[in-house]
Amino acid sequence: MNTRTTHEPIIRMVNIEKHFGSVIALAGVSVDVYPGECHCLLGDNGAGKSTFIKTMSGVHKPTAGEILFDGKPMHFDDPRDAISAGIATVHQHLAMIPLMSVSRNFFMGNEPLKKIGPLKFFDHDLANQVTMEEMRKMGINLRGPDQAVGTLSGGERQTVAIARAVHFGAKVLILDEPTSALGVRQTANVLATIDKVRKQDVAVVFITHNVRHALAVGDRFTVLNRGQTLGTAQRGQITPEELQDMMAGGQELVALEESLGGTI
Amino acid sequence: MSQTAQSQTVSDERVKEMSALRRALIRPELGGLVGIVAVFAFFLLFAFDSGMFGSQGVMNWSTVSAQFMIIAVGACLLMIAGEFDLSVGSMIGFSGMMIAILSVTLGWPVWLAIVVTFVLCIAIGALNGYIVIRTGLPSFIVTLAFLFILRGFTIYLPQTIERKTIISGVRDVAEGDWLASLFGGKILTGFFTWLGNAGLIETFERGTREGQPVVDGIPMLIVWAIALVVFGHILLTRTRFGNWIFASGGDAEAARNSGVPVSRVKILMFMFTAFCACVFATCQVMEFGSAGADRGLLKEFEAIIAVVIGGALLTGGYGSVIGAALGALIFGVVQQGLFFAGVESSLFRVFLGIILLFAVILNTYIRRLITGER
Ligand SMILES: Nc1ncnc2c1ncn2[C@@H]1O[C@H](COP(=O)(O)OP(=O)(O)O)[C@@H](O)[C@H]1O
Ligand SMILES: [Mg+2]
Repeated sequence: MNTRTTHEPIIRMVNIEKHFGSVIALAGVSVDVYPGECHCLLGDNGAGKSTFIKTMSGVHKPTAGEILFDGKPMHFDDPRDAISAGIATVHQHLAMIPLMSVSRNFFMGNEPLKKIGPLKFFDHDLANQVTMEEMRKMGINLRGPDQAVGTLSGGERQTVAIARAVHFGAKVLILDEPTSALGVRQTANVLATIDKVRKQDVAVVFITHNVRHALAVGDRFTVLNRGQTLGTAQRGQITPEELQDMMAGGQELVALEESLGGTI
Repeated sequence: MSQTAQSQTVSDERVKEMSALRRALIRPELGGLVGIVAVFAFFLLFAFDSGMFGSQGVMNWSTVSAQFMIIAVGACLLMIAGEFDLSVGSMIGFSGMMIAILSVTLGWPVWLAIVVTFVLCIAIGALNGYIVIRTGLPSFIVTLAFLFILRGFTIYLPQTIERKTIISGVRDVAEGDWLASLFGGKILTGFFTWLGNAGLIETFERGTREGQPVVDGIPMLIVWAIALVVFGHILLTRTRFGNWIFASGGDAEAARNSGVPVSRVKILMFMFTAFCACVFATCQVMEFGSAGADRGLLKEFEAIIAVVIGGALLTGGYGSVIGAALGALIFGVVQQGLFFAGVESSLFRVFLGIILLFAVILNTYIRRLITGER
């Protein structure tokens, strides 16, 4: 189970701190992510999960701490830098633009160009063709590449976003709560997609506050609580109950769980 | 967990195939196209004999439509990028006044006056955009401020310098200026003379211009309008930058996260809107030979209305330059058509209000069709 850690980590986040004015969203969090692993980031709402991965994807600059990408220190000035380094992020909200077609969304920020004379134009034919092909691979049958993303279901949107990240050769794929708004079958599809992507040697950072989703695909688990990490656990070294307790920040949930008959 | 077994069956049988009609309905140009057909049918039926469809009449409403088109292209791209510019009308007055003051009052060569005015106005456009981006305030408020600031200067400057609010004499100093002729000249004059000689269009029957065609060429204003529409349409639909415009207006945060330089796109669109206002003003100053402090009043709203009739959403992220051009054409034809038909011109405003309301309601409905929201 533990073979992956013999590689070098693709990305190392060392003692990351992030303050928003007087709010300390992250108080020194360290996480290593290895190629081909699914690293689950767990934590309750407000724990700092989104903030943490936003420093990883160039949206936020960390207040303190270091990011090592492929062993070298990295400073991302904006998301473009992170994307061109190979870090693709599917954000919790706002991953796609509903009014735009699937094809325009798929290539947003990465538009394929074709030269006509000295001018460069958006290569719609290529974009449409690639989009249809990638969607078919993911098991989504579009009416056409010009179908608006707004007409897709939540799960389909997540899948488009993941397919897009993988298509553009992401080395690290960050998914911020991709399953939290989904139904059972859609969740299963997204988890299956994560599994597929991981097998292509992509490092997946999977954020969730659902322990069962995490245990379904995760190789390693890091729990964030109030901007701090309680360490990283390997698959098999930790029980679902322990994970749940760590997320809740202690023992108070145990009492609650008992009173509810163990259904949480 | 059995998630892998289900991954093959994502396709949703409950999504109905879209009918051809629905498909046509979600094209942003549809409203504009229907409007054009209706407007032409109306005037052909009720005002055919008014002279509106003679060569002079056609030139008349074409010119007015072209004016609307020039500012509508800028307003359209900016609205799709998610922002407004309410300072367009004031910018028209201001830039016309700058050209007149620099060339007539200060005696600069006209081309230099035009170049400096363009640079200044585009810089003001950039400032508009920069303030919107940096403060995060709605562009509505920021550009409303500039509506007053620029109009104020447009009245103040000629009054303190020349003690009047209209500066004339531009045509005399613009005589033979290479850049001025790019805004005030006409093209295809030889062709129109030939048409007149061949008896294909009307000619003057007496006076000093006897035998010359009534319409002696295509004003540069119309050339600018067509060029800007073509440029805007290709930029929006066929380039990478066009995709960024849609994305920035559709959802700025999502676009930024995907690596779209949203701030740059928006500021550039503010600059382009200012550029269009400047083109409008320069053509107008060259045509009238003067600049007036009240020029361009309410133009920002007319531009926005043309864009909305053209199918763009006020909330950004969706629209069409061709649609906006059709909206501008509807404007021009109706405004001048009512004039030709001898209808009281104030009724044009009534028409504007009604058609605006209809367009916005139609657009909201179309938006639901596209996004599937209820
Ligand atoms: N841009 C911001 N400005 C101020 N505070 C923020 C910002 N983003 C997040 N926070 C705060 O940081 C904390 C962590 O938020 P977040 O990372 O979104 O949590 P999670 O994703 O784990 O639910 C919260 O208390 C939140 O209010
Ligand atoms: Mg979050």
